[in-house]
Amino acid sequence: MAQIKLSNLRHSYMPAPKGPEDYALKEIDVTWRDGGAYALLGPSGCGKSTLLNIISGLLTPSEGQILFDGQDVTALPPDQRNIAQVFQFPVIYDTMTVGENLAFPLKNRGVDPATIKRRVDEIAEMLDVTDMLNTRASGLSPDNKQKISMGRGLVRDDVNAVMFDEPLTVIDPHLKWKLRSKLKELHQRVQATMIYVTHDQTEALTFADEVVVMQEGEVVQIGTPVELFERPQHTFVGHFIGSPGMNVLPCEAKGDRAIFEGYEVMLEGSAHGDGGRTDLGIRPEYVGFGDTGIPAHVTKVSDIGRHYVVSAMVGNTALKAVTEHVVPEPGSQVFLQFKPEQSRVYRDGWIATEERAQ
Amino acid sequence: MRPENQKAWFFVLPVLALVAFNALVPMMTVVNYSVQETFGNNQFFWEGLGWFEQILRSDRFQAALGRQFLFTFLILLIEVPLGIVVALSMPRKGFWVPVCLVLMALPMLIPWNVVGSMWNIFTLPKIGLLGYFLNDVLGINYDMTQQPLSAWITVIVMDVWHWTSLVVLLCYAGLVSIPDAYYQAAKIDGASPWSVFRYIQLPKMKTVLTIAVLLRFMDSFNIYTEPFVLTGGGPGNSTTLLSIDLVKIALGQFDLGPAAAMSLIYFAITLLVSWVFYTLMTKDDAQ
Repeated sequence: MAQIKLSNLRHSYMPAPKGPEDYALKEIDVTWRDGGAYALLGPSGCGKSTLLNIISGLLTPSEGQILFDGQDVTALPPDQRNIAQVFQFPVIYDTMTVGENLAFPLKNRGVDPATIKRRVDEIAEMLDVTDMLNTRASGLSPDNKQKISMGRGLVRDDVNAVMFDEPLTVIDPHLKWKLRSKLKELHQRVQATMIYVTHDQTEALTFADEVVVMQEGEVVQIGTPVELFERPQHTFVGHFIGSPGMNVLPCEAKGDRAIFEGYEVMLEGSAHGDGGRTDLGIRPEYVGFGDTGIPAHVTKVSDIGRHYVVSAMVGNTALKAVTEHVVPEPGSQVFLQFKPEQSRVYRDGWIATEERAQ
Repeated sequence: MRPENQKAWFFVLPVLALVAFNALVPMMTVVNYSVQETFGNNQFFWEGLGWFEQILRSDRFQAALGRQFLFTFLILLIEVPLGIVVALSMPRKGFWVPVCLVLMALPMLIPWNVVGSMWNIFTLPKIGLLGYFLNDVLGINYDMTQQPLSAWITVIVMDVWHWTSLVVLLCYAGLVSIPDAYYQAAKIDGASPWSVFRYIQLPKMKTVLTIAVLLRFMDSFNIYTEPFVLTGGGPGNSTTLLSIDLVKIALGQFDLGPAAAMSLIYFAITLLVSWVFYTLMTKDDAQ
């Protein structure tokens, strides 16, 4: 188990990168606490798998250092870093039994047979695969195969970190949920630092204590699931997390107010800076209906089970609101109220309002 | 119950006619000859299984069959491991991939009798490049026209040169289909290069290897042109493989009855061994 520190990390797949656009990873600087559960969240191609491979040692970064408990491991190969990795597609050794698969990493490290047996039995019990130990691994279902790949990572008790690269991609939806809770349970039992890469916000938010949101090779925000939801530092985070995502509406900023389509909106605090693209960001959950407010025209109402998503037009701008009780008719005229402590101004994508004093 | 529609049979007819014309009818002619004696003028006398008995009991057939099995065994023993080693050492990506692939495919594109002639000229003592080099430069006594051992070595080296590529290309196709994640997982699990080969590469190559061994078995067991052009079955009878002997009996001596019986025995052995190979090699997957 170890604390993981990434210091000034940059990586480019090109031999001679020129500008920042040549880098798959731009300037990563984070520290992960020993025993924590972290998720790297971002769309495909944002560099999260690159970052994961750099941590596991499958890739050497162009610049920067990786430190495990203060020790520089940047130049070490994967097998000397004591990390475990679970891949998108389950990797199992076809010709071996489930038991032999689980024992493989220990056998390669010359662990004595008695210890191997004890560890394999322990892990098999944790993963509920004890009854499969003597069957050939090649015939298993994808979710069991993925469990075995996880088991191979967890079987070593000296691992610094366990990394998951979108491990639930090939798993059937009804088993995803089971495997995810298994993972959470495993984390509590083995207390290893775990890093989980995914593009699925539900997976990231349910698994991790802290989520690292990435976009185009950059870390946009690091925070707990609540922080990411309540106060996105970037319009990308607001839009990427939440369903539907945050409304991003073009506006003008004036002190602690924003002018949106000619209407004044109270903000959480006063906006600083000027120039650039200015947007008003507010989550659909904080857009309410009332007798007064910003007049809007309802275009569509979708029933998505526990609540309704209302699409409306204010002038020429479309926005969404979430409501549980008051359901306006499509085509009707309503008044929208924006919750001031949840209304923020973003300049060129980045948050520009002062946090309201609690 | 609805009456079954039998019309589909009509659609099979053209294929059936074609196969009958180019395979079944000629084959039945062979069967016909194998149980009769003929003295020309289309006069036939019933022989029963006499020819089969005569062939199976003859020392000449047994010796040729022995040589045939030895030849096939040796070339499989060399070509399969060699093919795997070459496939493993070929690059997986980059500029050299097409270069290697073309180089590998070249020997297979040369007509069989040209291969025989090439190696004949190449290895002739005194005038052949290799023959001259071995005898007059290195001082090794080598003459494939006079010494059975030299002749055998030459025939085997020629086949290895000609056909190892087939094993290489099939294995290579199996190797490139292995996802990177397997190698990465093996690295993280601390697997040695041998373990990577034993537990990842070999199992993933198994299907293509089965095909490679089967093809190489059938082709080498039925080989005719190359050794015939190279040594003509000599010196003496030392490189007379089954097919060469068969042609000698059928066209040299014009013993059509024994030759037909021998063909059928030959065919049955090839079929039987292929079937045994296939069953053994695919047995594991059925479980």
